[in-house]
Amino acid sequence: MTAPASPPKKVRGEPILAVENLVKHFPISRGVVFQRQIGAVRAVDGVSFDLRRGETLGIVGESGCGKSTLARLLMRLEMPTSGAATLEGRDLFAARGGELRRLRRNMQMVLQDPYTSLNPRMTVGDIIGEPFEIHPEAAPKGSRQQRVQELLDMVGLSPEHINRYPHQFSGGQRQRIGIARALALRPEVIVCDEPVSALDVSIQAQVINLLEQLQDELGLSYIFIAHDLSVVRHICDRVAVMYLGRIVELGTEEEIYQRATHPYTQALLSAVPVPDPEQRDNQNMIRLIGDVPSPANPPSGCRFRTRCWKAQDVCATQDPDAVPRAADPHPSACHFAELREPTSPS
Amino acid sequence: MRRNRPTRGSERKAGTVSQSAVQPTPASPTPEGGHLLEVRDLHVEFRTGEGVAKVINGVSYHLDAGETLAVLGESGSGKSVTAQAIMGILDTPPAVIRSGQIRYQGRDLLTQSEEQRRQVRGTEIAMIFQDALSALNPTFPVGWQIGETLRQRAGMSRGDARRRAIELMELVKIPDAANRLGDYPHQFSGGMRQRVMIAMALALNPKVLIADEPTTALDVTVQAQIMDLLSDLRRDLGMAMILITHDLGVVAGVADRIAVMYAGRIVEHADVRSLYKTPAHPYTKGLLESIPRLDFHGQQLSTIRGLPPNLMRIPAGCPFHPRCPYVQQVCLDVVPHDLVLGDGRTSACHFAQEVRDDRAR
Repeated sequence: MTAPASPPKKVRGEPILAVENLVKHFPISRGVVFQRQIGAVRAVDGVSFDLRRGETLGIVGESGCGKSTLARLLMRLEMPTSGAATLEGRDLFAARGGELRRLRRNMQMVLQDPYTSLNPRMTVGDIIGEPFEIHPEAAPKGSRQQRVQELLDMVGLSPEHINRYPHQFSGGQRQRIGIARALALRPEVIVCDEPVSALDVSIQAQVINLLEQLQDELGLSYIFIAHDLSVVRHICDRVAVMYLGRIVELGTEEEIYQRATHPYTQALLSAVPVPDPEQRDNQNMIRLIGDVPSPANPPSGCRFRTRCWKAQDVCATQDPDAVPRAADPHPSACHFAELREPTSPS
Repeated sequence: MRRNRPTRGSERKAGTVSQSAVQPTPASPTPEGGHLLEVRDLHVEFRTGEGVAKVINGVSYHLDAGETLAVLGESGSGKSVTAQAIMGILDTPPAVIRSGQIRYQGRDLLTQSEEQRRQVRGTEIAMIFQDALSALNPTFPVGWQIGETLRQRAGMSRGDARRRAIELMELVKIPDAANRLGDYPHQFSGGMRQRVMIAMALALNPKVLIADEPTTALDVTVQAQIMDLLSDLRRDLGMAMILITHDLGVVAGVADRIAVMYAGRIVEHADVRSLYKTPAHPYTKGLLESIPRLDFHGQQLSTIRGLPPNLMRIPAGCPFHPRCPYVQQVCLDVVPHDLVLGDGRTSACHFAQEVRDDRAR
């Protein structure tokens, strides 16, 4: 049982992961023989944050805002165009060979789709044990099977299922297998990229509870990427809101959900349907018009200005920084940051 | 709280395993057969190499003109298959409609010829699908695709169809419709593609619109736009709508009535407010308790234990009993009836009243 800790749980601890002005541009090229670059998709365009030991940092945003690219950068599946990240003080992007392997042991990932992220031809034991092939020092050869069974038990699956194949499990169980694989090397940081969005509601709650329980038992730090704001509020200590490759607002769960000052955050929150028909008529919703602009050609100045009801001339010329604002002392990238009246229902 | 009260037998018709479900809403003011669309005791199974999956096991629901019925359920609950049966687009085989009726304006669609059903499809009942990108043909411009229905079914000339397609695209608020007529589906964003599909469904002025997870693939801000559009259109055009979804939040915003499905049955049927306030089936109650809420930072989520049943081996008795916190001996043996709770509410649970009155939330 997770202890029902005091509401702002564990916003303590030193930073374990520090990300500084991270940028990833994907080139757009044209031409078959003479390839030339004609532009770039600015998937991640200057992102900075800290992850503290034992906390869950949520990253929310709509599709195309760069949250999955950010995850891939942190896992070093992509190299950044510029910027830096340190894991426990060591440079994530300078590491090579053995040092990189040691870094990677400490940082693992849970993927979104439990149907495609497990190899259908491998048994569950092989899937969860595969990290030990790459990092033999993590578990001596003789003890691997036992360790895999421990992991299965830890994520709530029966250790006897070690010789089964992924297709013999349901979606929720497969996601547990993915979590067991991520835990195999005893990492301190786990990047969860939409870990529950492919699951049914009744199964989703089971996996969320499992993630929280494992965090309490093992002292894990999570980066929790999701588009479902209700899930993020439930599980996260701090939340970063991304829009077109930038973090537009960053704060504690309470700061974001109760005292958001960025118009995009406010609109995003008000668009989430509340499962209560009594509130059908008295929700004062903000309806954004239009779609997210293309990250290949983001608007000048503030990137949100094309959909923002507060936009002024200054927004087109001056790019607002994510700095603490007068309305509330948490970083918000808006020239006209202010609290919303009345604040979200609660 | 899960103690069965000694009085429980008095108000409940316990026992008989007769499959023919009681008509869900005897309290409805409309006379028998007067519903616009009515599904009666539908049974559908899928015959596959591995066995027979009983996907729909006695589903009954009805829809009156101008109302919105939400059909709520998780994957595999049979909510989409029911809709496909109504539309007559089930793949047969493997699907087999074992029994039941689908009555539209009093006529049973299941006894009609394919030609007769074609006359209903689109002109009377139309459907929109979850994934607009795969529902649209990538090799034709959207204007052509909207117009195709008009040319084929309404006998319009190409020029008329084109003009009407522009009107329809304006109706679903696609900006700059006249210029986007020639664009291909991949040139539209997800929300705009969903609008194109809605425009196609509305082309022949249907009286019933079936929306199968219309916003599941979309971001929240776009989801809100599409749901607003759908409810505005429903109101302005006087359509009735069946909204198929798994999202309790979306349902709360638009539906008049809800039918909750589990393992191919409707386990609870109620008006939207009563269902959220006093769920009368343990499954509905479990679902409502297991969703994280945006409006408060919760503690541990309560969960529904276990997994949905394998439809090839649906448990005996109540199909929900292996996961149910209220389970008693009777649930293991006896399939519960639709218990009528008044106000048109039904719940297929032996302990429906206890569940409804158990205010543990």
